[in-house]
Amino acid sequence: MSASARSGFGGVLRRDLLLGARQRSELANPIIFYVIVIALLVLAVGADAAVLDRLAPPVIWIAALLASTLSLDQVFHQDFADGSLEQLLLSHHPLAVLVAAKIAAHWLLYGVPMMLTALLVTGMLRLPDSALATLLATLLLGTPVFSLIGAVLAALTVGLRGSGLLLPLLILPLYVPLLIFSVGAVEDAARGLPVAGELYLIASVLALSICVMPIAAAAALRARLS
Amino acid sequence: MFTFLHKYGSPQHFYRLSRGLAPWFGGASALLFAAGLYGALLLSPPDYQQGEGVRIIYVHVPSAWMSLMVYVIMAAAGGVGLIWKVKVADAFARASAPLGAAFTFLALATGSLWGKPMWGTWWVWDARLTSELILLFLYLGYMALQTAIEDRRTAARAGAVLALVGLVNIPIIHFSVLWWSTLHQGPTLRPFAPPAIHMSMLVPLMVMAVAFMLYFAAVVLVRTRNELLELERNSNWARELAAEEAAR
Amino acid sequence: MSGIQEFLHMGGYALYVWGSYALTLIVLAANALQPRIRERQLLRMLAGRNDRTGPSR
Repeated sequence: MSASARSGFGGVLRRDLLLGARQRSELANPIIFYVIVIALLVLAVGADAAVLDRLAPPVIWIAALLASTLSLDQVFHQDFADGSLEQLLLSHHPLAVLVAAKIAAHWLLYGVPMMLTALLVTGMLRLPDSALATLLATLLLGTPVFSLIGAVLAALTVGLRGSGLLLPLLILPLYVPLLIFSVGAVEDAARGLPVAGELYLIASVLALSICVMPIAAAAALRARLS
Repeated sequence: MFTFLHKYGSPQHFYRLSRGLAPWFGGASALLFAAGLYGALLLSPPDYQQGEGVRIIYVHVPSAWMSLMVYVIMAAAGGVGLIWKVKVADAFARASAPLGAAFTFLALATGSLWGKPMWGTWWVWDARLTSELILLFLYLGYMALQTAIEDRRTAARAGAVLALVGLVNIPIIHFSVLWWSTLHQGPTLRPFAPPAIHMSMLVPLMVMAVAFMLYFAAVVLVRTRNELLELERNSNWARELAAEEAAR
Repeated sequence: MSGIQEFLHMGGYALYVWGSYALTLIVLAANALQPRIRERQLLRMLAGRNDRTGPSR
């Protein structure tokens, strides 16, 4: 990355983090939603020890998936509403780099708190301690993928009427591989099996997403706005 | 390449081309369907395990192949439209989506009709059926995005990005579902992939597959020219064309 | 059983085999017809507009 692109990246990242930090209630909403979904899932299937043992990994991941779709609207929406997105498109920095900064900011603002909440919630779900490290690893590798893939679809639907309904419809099918590998890894860890294979697979999904998705999100913004 | 694209890529030219080609594809498809059905229902032998039930293969497998092929074609057309700004490619991609969704639906429905007598249940979370279901969601998402964006140019470009992102994901989704199904259920009964398929079944299967492809070609040409007519309704060629048609 | 009846019976799989073929036929036929009808509609609509404004302005 050249010095100028780096300054562009840093500028957008700093700005988004600052704006995000000013709206604490919006940051909290997906987290609250996350905990509510987990509570409802447990209420629906029952709190038997035997059921919970089996259920903890999928519940943690499904709730994270749903909560992250809720936060994705935020990636571009405000910038679209106040016109600063158009400015971004006209900037002399490569758009993909600026979009990557927005994605990084989204992950720091929404992904990281969700990861920490997930760790706290495991205590309520009787997840064995042996699986905690694996859960943390899958979330650490997986939540950036939420932000990366999500940014493309958020860019495609920015400013559309009914985008709140369209975005989850478009994005949830694309989360399938992440869900399968992550839940598989946590389940295997809870049973004391090796999990390196699954973690490599999630890591490769992350690596591919880092390479492709910022460029795709930039193309999506251009497609929608120019 | 560019002169070719711009000569045949003009909506007006493509419209005439489609008028000329679609009936030929349609006719060839109908002939092959007749031959394929004869082979599928009468000539091919019943299976030693599945009896006559195996005949579902001749509509199920071509539908499943087409569902994937149409997605690839749709994404490729979208990519051409995105990069070289060819209106015809945009219209082609948009016209392909409902057909792809129809093939996906057929693959699911016939798979389900096959599963009932073979597995004893309408639905099994078999890796292929599950992947096919997710493919249907991808098609429906593409179509929902197309209707949500009113401006055709914008909708085409946004759809192209979505289709290309989906195309990158399809192999990963399929692999993950395959991995998942081997993890969660032991070796399942798979009537979908006989290890070595006999010639007496392969020939009708291939004839049906080609008939499906020609059917797609014929219908997508008509759908594309409708999209173009709608897009260019204010252009001179569209007005003149309508006048010619009305005079006939 | 006569040949025809046996053919229609499909060795007990009649519902599933004929169901699959019928469904395929219906979906393919509907998808083939719909754009033809749409094209006729579009051309008629454009021709109607021509009558009001003339074919080319």
